[in-house]
Amino acid sequence: MAKPIKKEQRQVETTGHSWDGIEEYNNPLPRWWVWVFYATIVWGIGYTIAYPAWPLITQATPGLLGASTRADVAVEIGAVDAANAAIKEKLVAADLTAIGADPELAAYAERAGAAVFRTNCTTCHGSGAAGFEGKGYPNLLDDDWLWGGTMEDIHLTITHGIRNTTDPDARYSEMPKFGLDGILDETQIAQVTEHVLAISGQGHDAALAAEGAVLYADNCAACHMEDGSGDRTQGAPRLTDEIWLYGGSREKIIETVTKARFGVMPNWNERLSEDEIRAVSFYVHSRGGGE
Amino acid sequence: MAFLDKHKVIETNATLLMILSLLVVTIGGIVQIVPLFYLENTIEKVEGMRPYTPLELAGRNIYIREGCYGCHSQMIRPMRDEVERYGHYSLAAESMYDRPFQWGSKRTGPDLARVGGRYSDEWHQDHFTNAKSVVPESVMPPYGFLANTIIDGKYIQDTVATNRMTGVPYTDEMVESALADFTAQADPLGDSSGLEARYGETAFGTPVNVRNFDGQPELTEMDALIAYMQVLGTMVDFSTYTPVANR
Ligand code: HEC
Ligand code: HEC
Ligand code: HEC
Repeated sequence: MAKPIKKEQRQVETTGHSWDGIEEYNNPLPRWWVWVFYATIVWGIGYTIAYPAWPLITQATPGLLGASTRADVAVEIGAVDAANAAIKEKLVAADLTAIGADPELAAYAERAGAAVFRTNCTTCHGSGAAGFEGKGYPNLLDDDWLWGGTMEDIHLTITHGIRNTTDPDARYSEMPKFGLDGILDETQIAQVTEHVLAISGQGHDAALAAEGAVLYADNCAACHMEDGSGDRTQGAPRLTDEIWLYGGSREKIIETVTKARFGVMPNWNERLSEDEIRAVSFYVHSRGGGE
Repeated sequence: MAFLDKHKVIETNATLLMILSLLVVTIGGIVQIVPLFYLENTIEKVEGMRPYTPLELAGRNIYIREGCYGCHSQMIRPMRDEVERYGHYSLAAESMYDRPFQWGSKRTGPDLARVGGRYSDEWHQDHFTNAKSVVPESVMPPYGFLANTIIDGKYIQDTVATNRMTGVPYTDEMVESALADFTAQADPLGDSSGLEARYGETAFGTPVNVRNFDGQPELTEMDALIAYMQVLGTMVDFSTYTPVANR
C-alpha cells in the first residue's frame, strides 16, 4: 500500500498562501512547457504581421503575405479557365451541328455537359434525365420533344427557358383553362377527354368520343393539331403516344383540360456561360433522342 | 514585485474580482467588435441590395421557425468547388439586412444563398410538399402543411417596424404600406405598382417578383416561403461589382 507522502519528504516550497489553514505547493510548470508557451506568443505576433489582422483607421492591416481567399479562388478558377480556354473558344465558335463531328470537341462537350447537367438539371429532369412523369418534368432521353430535338432547338430551350418571367425571349404558350374559365362545361370536358383517350389508343367510350372529336376540332386542334400530333412551335405535346407530361389516365386528362398546365423552366443564360450551355445542349442531344 | 502582490486584494474580495473580470472581458469584446463597425472593408458597397419585402420577410420568419438552417447554409465560401456549384461566393453585403443572418454551418442539404430563380415556383411546391417526388433520394422532410396554413399579415407591420428598429432601412412609407405590399406581391392580377415603386426596379434595379407563388387562391405560408426562396441571392448586380482583394 502506498504511504501518503509526507510534507518533509517532498522538499517542495509552498506559495506562502494560506486559506483557512490550507497551503498551496509551488510546483512550477516544466521548463519545456513554458518555452513552448513563449514561442506561441512570438508566433502569434509574427502571424498578425504576415496575415490580415490589426484594425487601423479605415482598414485592417493586410499582412505582409497579402493572403486573401478571394484572390486565391480567382487564381484557382482562372488557372482552370486558362487550361480550357482554347477548347471552350472552339466550342463557342463551332457550328452547333458540327460539334459531334469533331471527336475532341465532342468528348469535351460530353464530359462538361454531364457535369453541368448533374449540377443544375437533375433536380427537375432526374439524375438519369428521364424526367418525372405526371409532374410535368419531361424525359430528355426519348425522341418525343415538346419544343424540338435538333441542336438549335435544344440550345434555344436551355438558353432562354420556358414560360419563365425572367427572360423575355423564353419559349411561351398557354393552354386555355377550359374548365376554370368556363369555355367547356363538365360534360363537354368528359367528351373531349374520351376523344383524347381514343387517339392515344386507350380504352374509351366510343359514343362520347365521337362527340368529343367535334369539340376537339373546334377547341384543341389549333395547338395539338387535327390528328393530335402536337405542335412544336407552341410546345403543345403530341397526344397520340404513350408519353405523358402530366399523366394519360382519364382523371389526369380531365384535370389538365379543366385547369390547364403551365410548365416553367428557368432560363440558363444568366447562370451558365455560352460554352456551358452548348456543352449541356450537346449532352442532352446525344442522350438518344437528338435529331 | 509589490504590484503583483496586490492580487491578494482581488482574490479575497469576490465582488471586486467579478467587476474586474467583467471589465477585462469587455475590453476584449470591444477590441474585437468595434472595428467591424467603422472599418471600410467590413461590408463592401454593392448595387441592388434592398430590404426584404413584407412577404419575403414573412417567408424568412417561416424559414427560421421551421429550422431550415439546421440543414441548409446560406453562405457560399470562396472556394472553387462551391463557386462552380452554387455561383458567385457570398458577399457580406448580401446579408446586411438579415436579422439574424442565416449563414449556418450545417449542410445536410445544399447551400441556399443563390437558390432564387434556379427553380420554378411549381418545383418548390412539389418539393416542399414531398421532396421525394422530385428528388427520389432526398431526406428533406415534407412541409405540405404550409400550403394549408393561411396567413393574413396581422403582424406584418410590426415585423417590418421591428426590423427597422434594428437598423434595416425601411422607410415610413414601407412600414405604413406593409400589409398592402404583403398581399399585393402574391396577387398578379391586383395592383402592385406601390410595391414595385418601393422595392422594385427604379429604386433598387431589379423588379419585385409578383406571382401567385403557391398556385392557390389563398395567401398561405407556402406563398411567403417560396417568395423568400425566389429572391435569395438575386439582389446584387454583379455586373457593377469589382472584387477587392483585401477582404
Ligand atoms: C425548375 C425545374 C427545371 C430545371 C432546373 C431544368 N428544367 Fe428543363 N424543363 C423543365 C420543365 C417543366 C420543362 C417542360 C416545360 C414545358 O412544359 O414545356 C423542361 C423542358 C426542357 C427541355 C425541352 C424538352 C422538350 O421536349 O422540348 C430541355 C431540352 C430541357 N428542359 C433541358 C434542361 C437542362 C439542360 C437543364 C439544366 C441546365 C434544365 N432543363 C433544368 C423544368 C426544369
Ligand atoms: C393555345 C394552345 C392549346 C390549346 C388550344 C389546347 N392546348 Fe392542350 N396543351 C397546350 C400546351 C402548350 C400544353 C403543354 C403544357 C405544359 O407543358 O405545361 C398542353 C397540354 C395538354 C395535355 C397534357 C399532355 C401531357 O403530355 O400530359 C393535354 C391532355 C391537353 N393539352 C389536351 C388538350 C385538349 C383536350 C384541348 C382542347 C379542349 C387542348 N389541349 C387545347 C396547348 C394547347
Ligand atoms: C433534414 C434536413 C433538411 C431540412 C430540415 C430541410 N431541408 Fe431542404 N434539403 C435537404 C436535402 C438533403 C436537400 C437535397 C435534396 C433535395 O433537393 O430534396 C434539400 C434541398 C432543398 C432545396 C433545393 C436546393 C437546391 O439547390 O437543389 C431547397 C430550396 C430547400 N431544401 C429548402 C428548404 C427549406 C425552405 C426548409 C425549411 C422549411 C428545408 N429545406 C428544410 C434537407 C433538409
